[in-house]
Amino acid sequence: MDITLKVNGVSRTVAVDPRTSLLDLLRERLGLIGAKKGCDHGQCGACTVLIDGRRANACLALAVAMDGREITTVEGLAQGDDLHPLQAAFIEHDAFQCGYCTPGQLCSAAGMLGEPGPSAVTGDILVDPDLTPEEIRERMSGNLCRCGAYVNIVSAIAEVAP
Amino acid sequence: MKTFEYARAESPADAVRKFAPGAMYLGGGTNLVDLMRLGVARPDHLVDVSRLPLDAVEEAGDRVRIGAAVRNSDLAAHPLIRSRYPMLARALLAGASGQVRNMATVAGNLLQRTRCAYFQDVTRPCNKREPGSGCPAIEGDHTNLAILGASHACVATHPSDMAVALAALDAEVHVTGPGGDKIIPMPGLHRLPGDAPERDTVLDPGDLITGVELPAPPPGASLYRKVRERASFAFALASIAAVLDVRDGTVAGCRIALGSLAHAPWRAERAEQVLVGGPATGEAFLTAAEAELEQARALPRNAFKVPLARNLIVRALEELAS
Ligand SMILES: Cc1cc2nc3c(=O)[nH]c(=O)nc-3n(C[C@H](O)[C@H](O)[C@H](O)COP(=O)(O)OP(=O)(O)OC[C@H]3O[C@@H](n4cnc5c(N)ncnc54)[C@H](O)[C@@H]3O)c2cc1C
Ligand code: SF4
Ligand code: FES
Ligand code: FES
Repeated sequence: MDITLKVNGVSRTVAVDPRTSLLDLLRERLGLIGAKKGCDHGQCGACTVLIDGRRANACLALAVAMDGREITTVEGLAQGDDLHPLQAAFIEHDAFQCGYCTPGQLCSAAGMLGEPGPSAVTGDILVDPDLTPEEIRERMSGNLCRCGAYVNIVSAIAEVAP
Repeated sequence: MKTFEYARAESPADAVRKFAPGAMYLGGGTNLVDLMRLGVARPDHLVDVSRLPLDAVEEAGDRVRIGAAVRNSDLAAHPLIRSRYPMLARALLAGASGQVRNMATVAGNLLQRTRCAYFQDVTRPCNKREPGSGCPAIEGDHTNLAILGASHACVATHPSDMAVALAALDAEVHVTGPGGDKIIPMPGLHRLPGDAPERDTVLDPGDLITGVELPAPPPGASLYRKVRERASFAFALASIAAVLDVRDGTVAGCRIALGSLAHAPWRAERAEQVLVGGPATGEAFLTAAEAELEQARALPRNAFKVPLARNLIVRALEELAS
């Protein structure tokens, strides 16, 4: 099936087998290897990308179902040589060790900053809470880090959070 | 993954029309794509219903209508849900991750399948996946499986958090299909396993969930509590959605639904009956919890769920009463 989607601002038309995941399309067909395959089951967050600006697990999305969508991967976060503020903060705070989870952490954090509303740890559900470290940890719980860089990941995100 | 044909539905009627034998509907795909990859689901056709215009949350008098394609994250963040049904928002936020909630739809959440490890492993027998092949969980690992309403054929649990809140709220599930339209009151959507664990719900082939309607919220304080093995991003070992209306120390109204303890969200009707009209005391709460759990049948590795459920009920009610 032919699908057309915008990837990091560029329109791409590709013929895909219906079984192809968005993750495999990005990595194996479009050469965008930033998003990683950690588990292929939605459990680790390494494959996180933005679909129409919202974070999602690319391993659970079928490419055919993405026709017409705008996808942003970690490769699309920087503006030319200017790093995204989250990327700069991750470097500043040493927020990675092996780096395998980092593209997913960055896309997830970028999406998360655009998601006001309560989380599971918010006290008053009617109020959009400040992004305290506790809120950031809960909201980022879909991204695992085998190296355990969590403390620095949270402080990097906290620096960028409003 | 077995190959299949993909088609996108333009309207609910178009979806039902496109539902050929061997077809399945596709919502956000967060459960179905995973099960297809595992070889557990093997559809010949996928009818994509994730973009149907069933994506609104609307007030209808004192009721609220939720479209089947509304994303779990949008529902949890919606002002109507946060203000009038906070227990539902809490249940949604207690489930999965930010990424999964952004993809998952209301209908898909209701129809997600059990997390029983044997069900997900095609090299093992499983009555739910392969009727008549046996249930290895009864002798094997049933740590997170059912203590209520299970059968000799299957001890699986339904893993949804959202469905537990919907069961406590007396929600109605709206369905259209080859046999026409129907309205199914919660918790009646999901079945107990009995002799047919392959059937999770009362839906017929081709039935499309179009939405969920919530009646006016019941009076009283409400909450959703979930017990799990880690603080976030894990399925429940047990959960509770409860509403308690206390007037002058007496229980005027009470709703209790339990999650991850049965093949369906479990409305604790015995406990509710014991409580209504009686005192709102810790002692009464314990009596009610024990009345409900008298019917529990634990297996060796999930016996811990009986005291867990009891304490969860008592603590939730004490919190609501104070
Ligand atoms: C890592 C991970 C952790 C999770 N943790 C939790 C948790 O803690 N709590 C929890 O409650 N859930 C949890 N989930 C499950 C998640 O909530 C479900 O996967 C999700 O809600 C399913 O919605 P979907 O739209 O993606 O459904 P899909 O995967 O698209 O579909 C699920 C089923 O619904 C059917 N279907 C979809 N739409 C319709 C319709 N309109 N009419 C009829 N049938 C339809 C499909 O045919 C399929 O059988 C988790 C999932 C993952 C991957
Ligand atoms: S408990 Fe149910 S789902 Fe699990 S192995 Fe037994 S029959 Fe299959
Ligand atoms: S690879 Fe997608 S969540 Fe792990
Ligand atoms: S930095 Fe190694 S997995 Fe996170």
